Amino acid sequence: MAAIAIPHPPPAAPRRRLSSWQTWGVIMLMPYILVFLVFVLYPVTYGLWLARHPQSYRTLFEDPVFFRTVVNTIVFLLVAVNLKFLLALFLSGFFVHERRWIRWLSVIFIIPWAVPAIPTIFSIRFMLNPEWGIVNSLIFRLTGADGPNWLNDPTLALSMAMLVHIWKALPFWTLILMAGRLAIPREQYEAASVDGATAWQKFKYVTWPSIRTLYLTSTLLSMIWTLGDFNSVYLLTGGGPADLTHVLATLGIRYIRLDQVDQAMTTIVVALPFVLPLVYFMMKRLSVDE
Amino acid sequence: MREARLWLIAIPILLWTLLPIYHIFLFSISTKDSAFSGALWPAKPTLHNFGTVFRQEHFYLHDFWHQIWNSVWIACATGVLTLVVATTAAFAISRLKVKGGRVVMNAALFTYFIPAAFLAVPMYKAMGTYGLLNNRWSLVLAMVTLASPYAIWVLKQASDRLPWELDEAARIDGATPLQLFHLVYLPLMMPSLVAIGTYALLLAWNEYLYAFLLLSNNIPLAVGLGHFLASDDSPWELLMATALIYAVPPAAIYYAFRRYMVGGLTAGAVKT
Repeated sequence: MAAIAIPHPPPAAPRRRLSSWQTWGVIMLMPYILVFLVFVLYPVTYGLWLARHPQSYRTLFEDPVFFRTVVNTIVFLLVAVNLKFLLALFLSGFFVHERRWIRWLSVIFIIPWAVPAIPTIFSIRFMLNPEWGIVNSLIFRLTGADGPNWLNDPTLALSMAMLVHIWKALPFWTLILMAGRLAIPREQYEAASVDGATAWQKFKYVTWPSIRTLYLTSTLLSMIWTLGDFNSVYLLTGGGPADLTHVLATLGIRYIRLDQVDQAMTTIVVALPFVLPLVYFMMKRLSVDE
Repeated sequence: MREARLWLIAIPILLWTLLPIYHIFLFSISTKDSAFSGALWPAKPTLHNFGTVFRQEHFYLHDFWHQIWNSVWIACATGVLTLVVATTAAFAISRLKVKGGRVVMNAALFTYFIPAAFLAVPMYKAMGTYGLLNNRWSLVLAMVTLASPYAIWVLKQASDRLPWELDEAARIDGATPLQLFHLVYLPLMMPSLVAIGTYALLLAWNEYLYAFLLLSNNIPLAVGLGHFLASDDSPWELLMATALIYAVPPAAIYYAFRRYMVGGLTAGAVKT
């Protein structure tokens, strides 16, 4: 009961007190405003300024890696994100079952999300090593044939990077969709059961209408964030073989490593026509509930 | 029948989730020969790798303890600073109803939605301008920038749920905003503060991209791990032992505070 311990200073004039509350509000807001100005607004403005030369865009489009990068990025966003959400939708339906062992399983299931990216991605990287990796040695033991050279084939390597992304991000989105499912009143399912609805009908007429908005919003949000997924590609393939598995995020960082910051900024600006409408849409969605 | 179907789903989930984790553990207790043989369990399990790591007896490990210290320092500084920045902002917006709070909220949301790797490029350039490159503070400040939008959002939502009568009572008693803040607000917000502090701490400890861009000497352990792959014949068994040491603390902290984390997280999500 900390509230009782507040001392009683003489009451101040109402108008002065009101303004002092506003003043304190501004003071307490200052730290974040500073962080935003110094580490978001200024860098972004400066970055856009760096990307103003048409020549940078010409250089970028002429970079033989660029076109492949754009294709990779689009494939990554469409395939990995949608596959991840279909899986998350399915698994959230599994994890809402009320069993003690399923609760324990959900605790284990969250591990990929709780541990840092670098150990697990390196681990998967070695598992896929064509000569010594555990995957190919299992394939050899079971079939007697040599497994594929996973990370040396651009298509396979990108698929593996998408798999890594899904492995890492799936628990988080499953959890979100689970929360959505748990918010549906149980009576609706009971009523559906009484009417003799099948599992599919329950999903179609009860579950899906309730979580559809959450599902679509989450998918869009995940698409924006997946654009910024540097780790899944870089730590697994490093953009190789022959720079054929880059996505925009890794290409941008590659230019930084080559000391071409203007070029790196240009790479990002190219994605803005796609990112900004999504960000705008998300902000509209999330700030309605003020 | 129904139970069997559930198990049929459970087993692939378990294998899928644990295989990469088990593989780290397997390597960390294997000799190099055994690790490279593709065996599912080493013939002679050994803790030798951990000894090598702790005694820093390898070229890639000569800075191990220093890197751990950097990681701890950066994670703690990020956790504390994020808490300060986000709590004060959430209090000002939610309880003091400061003018312009909505604009700041939108600025935070905007930052939250920028893909992390995209912000990294201008951030790198700006840190260079500020003369902070290669200074641990650059990573701390970058991580505070990344962590605070979500922190403010969650704290504001938690804060909006506190009864307004508390503030009224405090105001009538003539409390100053600061008294309201530390005598009423902070104690009531404690569970959310634990969640947010943990969130920021883990975010900073786990970060790789910003760390390797902003720091090239005086590096945290994440960047040190990345260095292992600089050559073709990397000591993978040592890499995995080090990686295990690096991955255990955040996992332990996450599970210790899971109660707070999951609640805060999903409460925000369902609302969308």
